[in-house]
Amino acid sequence: MREINQQVIEKIESKARRLRREVIRMVGIAGSGHPGGALSAADLVACLYFWEMRYDPKRPDWPDRDRFVLSKGHAAPLLYAVLAESGFFPPEMLGTLRRLGSPLQGHPDMRKLPGVEASTGSLGQGIGWAVGMALAARLDGRDSRVYVLLGDGELEEGMVWEAVMAASHYRLGNLVALIDNNGLQIDGPLSDVMSVEPIGDKFRAFGWETREIDGHEIGAILHTLNEARQVKDRPFAVIARTVKGKGCSFMEGQVDWHGKAPTPEELERALREFDSV
Amino acid sequence: MQVATRDAYGQALKELGEQYPDVVVLDADLSKSTKTVDFARAFPDRFFDMGIAEQNMMAVAAGLAASGKVVFASTFAIFATGRAYEQIRNSVAYAQLNVKVCATHAGITVGEDGSSHQSVEDIALMRVIPNMKVVVPADGPSTAWAVRAIYHQPGPVYLRMGRPKVPVVYDSVADLKIGQSVKLRDGGDVGILACGIMVSEALQAAAMLAEKGIEATVLDVHTIKPLDRESILETARKTGCLVTAEEHSIIGGLGGAVSELTASEYPVPVVRVGVRDLFGQSGNPRELMEYYGLTAQEIANAAQISMSQKG
Ligand SMILES: Cc1ncc(C[n+]2csc(CCOP(=O)(O)OP(=O)(O)O)c2C)c(N)n1
Ligand SMILES: [Mg+2]
Repeated sequence: MREINQQVIEKIESKARRLRREVIRMVGIAGSGHPGGALSAADLVACLYFWEMRYDPKRPDWPDRDRFVLSKGHAAPLLYAVLAESGFFPPEMLGTLRRLGSPLQGHPDMRKLPGVEASTGSLGQGIGWAVGMALAARLDGRDSRVYVLLGDGELEEGMVWEAVMAASHYRLGNLVALIDNNGLQIDGPLSDVMSVEPIGDKFRAFGWETREIDGHEIGAILHTLNEARQVKDRPFAVIARTVKGKGCSFMEGQVDWHGKAPTPEELERALREFDSV
Repeated sequence: MQVATRDAYGQALKELGEQYPDVVVLDADLSKSTKTVDFARAFPDRFFDMGIAEQNMMAVAAGLAASGKVVFASTFAIFATGRAYEQIRNSVAYAQLNVKVCATHAGITVGEDGSSHQSVEDIALMRVIPNMKVVVPADGPSTAWAVRAIYHQPGPVYLRMGRPKVPVVYDSVADLKIGQSVKLRDGGDVGILACGIMVSEALQAAAMLAEKGIEATVLDVHTIKPLDRESILETARKTGCLVTAEEHSIIGGLGGAVSELTASEYPVPVVRVGVRDLFGQSGNPRELMEYYGLTAQEIANAAQISMSQKG
């Protein structure tokens, strides 16, 4: 097992910062999109792509790769930023987000862009895809691991729990679900709209191994992903407490920034914040 | 003037709530987009956000309706008719319950969100269900009319609305009736049958055709089910050829309904303008309308093709 040290942590922190900056820039240029939930998940996704997962950008269809499914497909700009940063396609393409004919669709399209493992955007379905991929890996005798990122509001979809049940029934030790527990959905805080707490207890009741961590603490995320590798007979859920809009002062914790693009002035201000760190 | 049908919906729903205490509204975490938020603010006790759980929303709607409420259940068209299809079929329509499935963000004019959020199949899906009525208003005023009309129409109804602002077609909606299309223009050469945002495109197309000396009848077929058989057949008999225009797949929607009717009752050429068995994609609404051929020009071309096929 590779050593998690301060140097590793700082490297991933700086990657996550780059992803956030890129997310805001892309959404700003596109003039629409979902910055809040992309920013809250940036540290989790940076840990997956710059530490945890096995993949080869030159062979996006390599059968032995690990899979990442963005079940909360509206965070597409984050997925595109990390795929470009990892070398799946040239970063210049990021500027085409949401344009007619662009492979960077408003929600991820696996037939249009290399590195995208699942066409998502309709909430609740990605975790079912992940169960299917984990079953297939086992069937083929591959040691590929499958990671799926869900929103906390997304957990309100009944079919999420159908997939949670199936993952546990089939003892999918190669499956890790990460919950971006930012506490907000579109109509407001989950606690007002439709409460899903206690999330950890629910997963445990379904037979999952769980950890509840700070989703912005790189060290904690990496250690938890290591722990997940030790659990071989059950699926593993990481319930990551996060802040929606994390990293952009005027977006943090604001429900309005779920699905709204910054104006040119706001974009400039946000980028200045990143560049002054 | 331009008004989004969803804005008209929000306003009309609130007014309905003021008048009728049995109106209950449900949404699935999209109340600011579907505009049920206007009702929610005015009548918090009669509004229930069901969260991101569309299937359950429809079953809950059935339960409320079975207990005497008139339920308006809203989300985006793709999630209302796609995710919750079987709940609508078995819990709402089979039981003939007073649930009004009021979906916004129908069609490709959703725009940049792309295919996962663009429903081009919903008219077909709702139309095929027994007991279900399907209403697709053309503009803001006729949406406001439809909200009141479906309240007074017992049983399940699907009301289809869009995201962007669209041109106003109607000065007055006093004469509108569910199941009765509206003749917006009279002409003997070709009949253009349109619904939703394609009604204003159809009127533009008719003006373009008139410049070429072609006179078109334009019908706003705002109710796709029950279909206005009399007016459509009368137009077919008079013009001898038809065009349909809808922001929907050419399979199973208005074009499908009109073709089924004419094929068995009075066969004439029917050229269908709509999305040609394709998924949508990201882009701005106007670009997408051009890309998928949902324009006045396309309707005018289709009219000439339909005329050339007359026997
Ligand atoms: C089935 C479905 N219903 C509704 C939506 C519309 N929608 C997009 S994002 C969202 C809120 C998601 O909240 P959450 O899962 O907490 O995401 P995050 O806070 O991480 O952005 C909703 C309702 C959708 N994409 N899919
Ligand atoms: Mg959330």
